[in-house]
Amino acid sequence: MSETELNTQTNLDRRDFLTKSSIGLAGLAIAPGMMLFDLAHGRALNEPVSNKVRWGMLIDNNKCESGCNDCVTACNTENGLSGGTKPTDSQWIRKVQLKDTFTGRISSLPMMCQHCEHPPCVDVCPTQASFKRADGIVLVDKHICIGCRYCVMACPYQARSFVHEVLTDQKPEVPRGKGTVESCTLCVHRIDKGETTACAEACSKAGHNAILFGDLNDPQSEISKRIHAVASTQIRADLGLNTGVRYEGI
Amino acid sequence: MSSTAFSRNESRYFYALLALGVFIVFLGYLGMHTMEEHGHIVSGMNNKVVWGLPHVFAIFMIVAASGVLNIGSIGTVFGQSAYKSRTPLAGIIAIGLLAGGLAVLMLDLGRPDRIIIAATYFNPTSVFAWNIFLYSGFFGLAVVYLWTSMEKRMNVWSKPAGLAMFVWRVILTSGTGLIFAFLVVRQAYASALLPPMFIVLSFAWGMAVFLLVQAAMYAWNCKVIDVGIQNRMKNLLGLFVVSSLYLVAAYHMTNLYFAKQTAFEMFILRDGGIYPTLFWAGYVLIGSLLPMALVYLPGLGGTKSVVTASFLVVVGSFTFLYVFIIGGQAFPLSIFPGYEVSSSFGDGAIGSYVPSLPEALLGMGGLAIAYLITLIGARVFKAMPHDAVIVTSNTPK
Repeated sequence: MSETELNTQTNLDRRDFLTKSSIGLAGLAIAPGMMLFDLAHGRALNEPVSNKVRWGMLIDNNKCESGCNDCVTACNTENGLSGGTKPTDSQWIRKVQLKDTFTGRISSLPMMCQHCEHPPCVDVCPTQASFKRADGIVLVDKHICIGCRYCVMACPYQARSFVHEVLTDQKPEVPRGKGTVESCTLCVHRIDKGETTACAEACSKAGHNAILFGDLNDPQSEISKRIHAVASTQIRADLGLNTGVRYEGI
Repeated sequence: MSSTAFSRNESRYFYALLALGVFIVFLGYLGMHTMEEHGHIVSGMNNKVVWGLPHVFAIFMIVAASGVLNIGSIGTVFGQSAYKSRTPLAGIIAIGLLAGGLAVLMLDLGRPDRIIIAATYFNPTSVFAWNIFLYSGFFGLAVVYLWTSMEKRMNVWSKPAGLAMFVWRVILTSGTGLIFAFLVVRQAYASALLPPMFIVLSFAWGMAVFLLVQAAMYAWNCKVIDVGIQNRMKNLLGLFVVSSLYLVAAYHMTNLYFAKQTAFEMFILRDGGIYPTLFWAGYVLIGSLLPMALVYLPGLGGTKSVVTASFLVVVGSFTFLYVFIIGGQAFPLSIFPGYEVSSSFGDGAIGSYVPSLPEALLGMGGLAIAYLITLIGARVFKAMPHDAVIVTSNTPK
């Protein structure tokens, strides 16, 4: 092989190397982003919701601080709720103080719609306004809710509120209306953007990390791994509703 | 006033009664309008007690509507001629009561303007949705039943129509019981006894309403009812009241037997303030024991006793429903068995409920609708029962 031929071969090899390594580098740069996107299961807005995903939460009762109300405040701010605590005010999430009748142990936990797999509210709704999305989120269609309140009667967790008065200053991404029933939407508007729920975010910010949000169907998600590793319970598991929100430490 | 003077002015009195009914319907409209304008904040209802006084009125009327038609069933299905002549009146009262009850139920919705959605979006798993179908069917069947009973050429179809009506009624009242029986998480309601209990309650309430209307019509027409027929009807009322009391007792006794339900029973029967008072004094004493005494005690059982007994049964039915519906919701849900709980949303606490004027007016408006339909229907269709009657010579009673 002549010297000229050898030089040409070297140049080609170099070019090939540069091309391949650039692709490799670009891949390395993009991959983590792609991986995260995949883990969060964000989907394009034109993509339908899939039942391959089941959103849920794991709440660690031991980490939940008794006096802390940050999740409640964050929920109210996110969803445009007044934060009032009159019996007629809407409360999508509330802190429940528990005292074991026999041992006297005191603890507290956040309580909200448990996003059941078999939701009684959906069963009883005469107009199908209460419905479960393919990804497990239980919602109320504000356009067809007639305000009969049968779902409020049927919910085992007292998670639903009825809008008793005229509302003002609503958030555009969280539709609400007088005379209809509402409850925790699992911050569906945030989930659809690949974000976490407002309560989980606030709990982390406060340094408690008591609320873990994620995809229960993904064996690689943190929530799935934790559910497999530690003992967790569903509230009123005897009802067989298979709730999407689980608790540990109670 | 003599009966002649009364007859001369009868038409005027009728229009006066009509005006009274229209006025009460108007008051009901005002109540409804206030609730629509401001939301349920003007009612006594809240997130703990979501069904209030309007539901007490509505369920009374719906259950009684089914029970009133029992009179027709006894006549057409079981062939008792004394009851057969009462079928048209029973049918008219039933249609009136159902219309009144449904009006209250619909106008109490958070969004009554969307009622058509109940027909366009049907959820087959919802007992509420089944009831919408059952109520519409009841109206249709009741009209057919009335037609076959009142139109001589159609009389041959009266028995099959009556049988269909009877079956429909049993299913409809079971459906009303099931609205509550399917609420598996509520200590007050999850019981298979509720559908049969509501059926028997409907017999008693329907009979009481019928006897009241019948007494008013006989008095209006200056007639006295045949003693034999009255005795049969009042004995049947007594029997229905006793049977109701038995089923209500069985419902509470079964609950008392389950340790997890004891706290609820103690609340509703002993410690719950207004609710045990209404249950024992209202339903048991006024609504059951006194009517039984008025019907069965020797020396009693005349027209006045029967009318008083019927009125007391109606009063008792309202107190029973108040305790059942509102007391049942006021008792806290058992979300964390084995824990004492508290929260800003009333967990573990007894729910409060104070009825407000607008919702009471709405309920009264519904009753007035039933009253108006009965008043007009009975006059237009001449639904006065015809038996061997004696015309009185003196004042109407």
